[in-house]
Amino acid sequence: MEPITQLRSRTVVMPSTNIDTDQIIPARFLTTTTREGLGKALFADWRYDAAGNPRPDFILNRPEAAGCQALVAGRNVGCGSSREHAPWALIDYGFRAVISTEIADIFRNNSLKNGLLPVTVDEETHVWLLAHPGTEIAIDLETCTVALADGREVSFPLEPFARYCLMNGVDELGFLLSRKEDIEHYERTHAK
Amino acid sequence: MAALTMFEKVWSAHEVVPETSDTPAILYIDLHLTHEVTSPQAFSVLRERGLPVRRLDRTLATMDHSTPTDHDQIFGGVPIRLESARKQVEQLERNTSEFGVELIGLQSPQRGIVHIIGPELGATQPGKTVVCGDSHTSTHGAFGALAFGIGTTEVGHVLATQCLLQRKPKTFSVEVQGRLGPGVTAKDLILAIIGRIGVSGGTGHVLEYRGEAIRAMSMEERMTVCNMSIEAGARAGMVAPDETTFAYLEGRPRAPAGELWERAVDTWRQLPSDPGARFDREVVLDAGHVEPMITYGTNPGMVLPLSGAIPSSGDEVFRKALRYMGFEPGEHVAGKAIDVVFVGSCTNARISDLRAAARVMDGRKVARRVRMLVVPGSQQVKKEAEAEGLDRIFVEAGAEWRESGCSMCLGMNGDTVGAGKYAVSTSNRNFEGRQGTGARTLLASPLTAAAAAVTGRVTDPREFLG
Repeated sequence: MEPITQLRSRTVVMPSTNIDTDQIIPARFLTTTTREGLGKALFADWRYDAAGNPRPDFILNRPEAAGCQALVAGRNVGCGSSREHAPWALIDYGFRAVISTEIADIFRNNSLKNGLLPVTVDEETHVWLLAHPGTEIAIDLETCTVALADGREVSFPLEPFARYCLMNGVDELGFLLSRKEDIEHYERTHAK
Repeated sequence: MAALTMFEKVWSAHEVVPETSDTPAILYIDLHLTHEVTSPQAFSVLRERGLPVRRLDRTLATMDHSTPTDHDQIFGGVPIRLESARKQVEQLERNTSEFGVELIGLQSPQRGIVHIIGPELGATQPGKTVVCGDSHTSTHGAFGALAFGIGTTEVGHVLATQCLLQRKPKTFSVEVQGRLGPGVTAKDLILAIIGRIGVSGGTGHVLEYRGEAIRAMSMEERMTVCNMSIEAGARAGMVAPDETTFAYLEGRPRAPAGELWERAVDTWRQLPSDPGARFDREVVLDAGHVEPMITYGTNPGMVLPLSGAIPSSGDEVFRKALRYMGFEPGEHVAGKAIDVVFVGSCTNARISDLRAAARVMDGRKVARRVRMLVVPGSQQVKKEAEAEGLDRIFVEAGAEWRESGCSMCLGMNGDTVGAGKYAVSTSNRNFEGRQGTGARTLLASPLTAAAAAVTGRVTDPREFLG
């Protein structure tokens, strides 16, 4: 995982609430056995018509979306299926942050483990972001804040351990493996 | 001593290292179920790092999501038609063989949907921590286990260390007083609960379903309820173990036996939440007010009683959902013509579900132009249903009787509804395209699904239950 401390990007806005992981990547793309190359399947049913042509009205098909790394989504983004293919697809497409007022638990966990920043903001900030698509934002993990173009700096919650892992590009498996003695102790004392 | 909730008891018994303000807890996992879709990349990580699977005795693999439900492709020597699915199945066979993980393979008589076979084998037990790379792992909470879905990176963590890094979730009591009326099922109840608390109402929480209606339920009904906890945003839902739980588990192949059984039951009796235990949130429902339910939109919270009408107005998301579904605000869903009926999935494909559907179908025919697919949750369920003659009821009615698997719940294996078509489905998600691109899903109970198959329209099943 690449370390990440700051992200400066314009935003793409998808205001729908409850964007589930089936929308982020439909099930028919899950028969892959690798994690690469899923960006082309991102939002496939919203992005392409039945013949596979891009739908011109879908935000990711519009020129202003090019190069944006921050996705502002409606409340409860990432609900539903636990498929980690959802953050894999978002990252492969080029996103590095998902911003909403509520982010579903499993999707949030999966995002953190892949360096996709789940940023939960307050209602007022969210309303502002929804109303200003394409605005430039700066996310800083050092301070856990999002700087907005109107000069405000809004803080967001981030578990200290997850923050440490993101900023240092550390993966949790290494940490768990380093606690081998604790695990062995548990197994000895909880014989079942 | 402080009064504890069941969740707190199970959690603290599995803390290898408790959480601190800086670090999450290291939580020990008793049972790791895995399947072909969310495991390949996790096995790759083990391979890249030269790591073995830490506890083969706590790891069980099967295949269910992308597997065909067609007899010939499983038993008839016909290769799996969908090439990507075939490759995924073969990859799981290679991975489990290379790492020594027990696999309940394609032709095994024990194969089925992972959340159906765990309980069926008696591997799911009270007080255990159970995880799987699948959000419907919440199903196993029906036994008083702490069971939740994880992503593929976490599948790798559990394979390598038998542990997960977790923050302790909050607790949420869902108390259901009274009894469900005739023709009103566990599925209707959980849909009503989701309608009440919303699709993100349980986020960050573990639900505990309590009260008279839950106590009166069979294990299969409790599994249906816990299964859809994730549709309310909760990673886990739990029901306290009781005599119903013990009676279900006793004698199952992987349940403790003899003296171990007695000892296990004694331990399990200590699990229910203590009197006076406090929950972070509470909601109370009256089962007597629940009616047969049906969804009308594109998430399970967009649900109403069959007698009710779609709300007459809503926000842009509501309007978009109705456009997708082809419904108008204020309309009734009851009476709508439908194209497909799916009885199956980890929510409603156990033997009692098939019996319920068969009760409505018995001596009747699937309506013209309606396709009905009945997919047992496991090969054991299939065998049991065939021994009871349920398969003949379905086949004579004109339904398709298939091999077990996830099938049309998510359409990964090619069992799909068709664009623009309406399906009354006993599964768990009515998301856009969930059952295939453009499919319009109406979630309901097996009784309601069967009634729709017979009439070709969304129908209150109580008309058939006389």
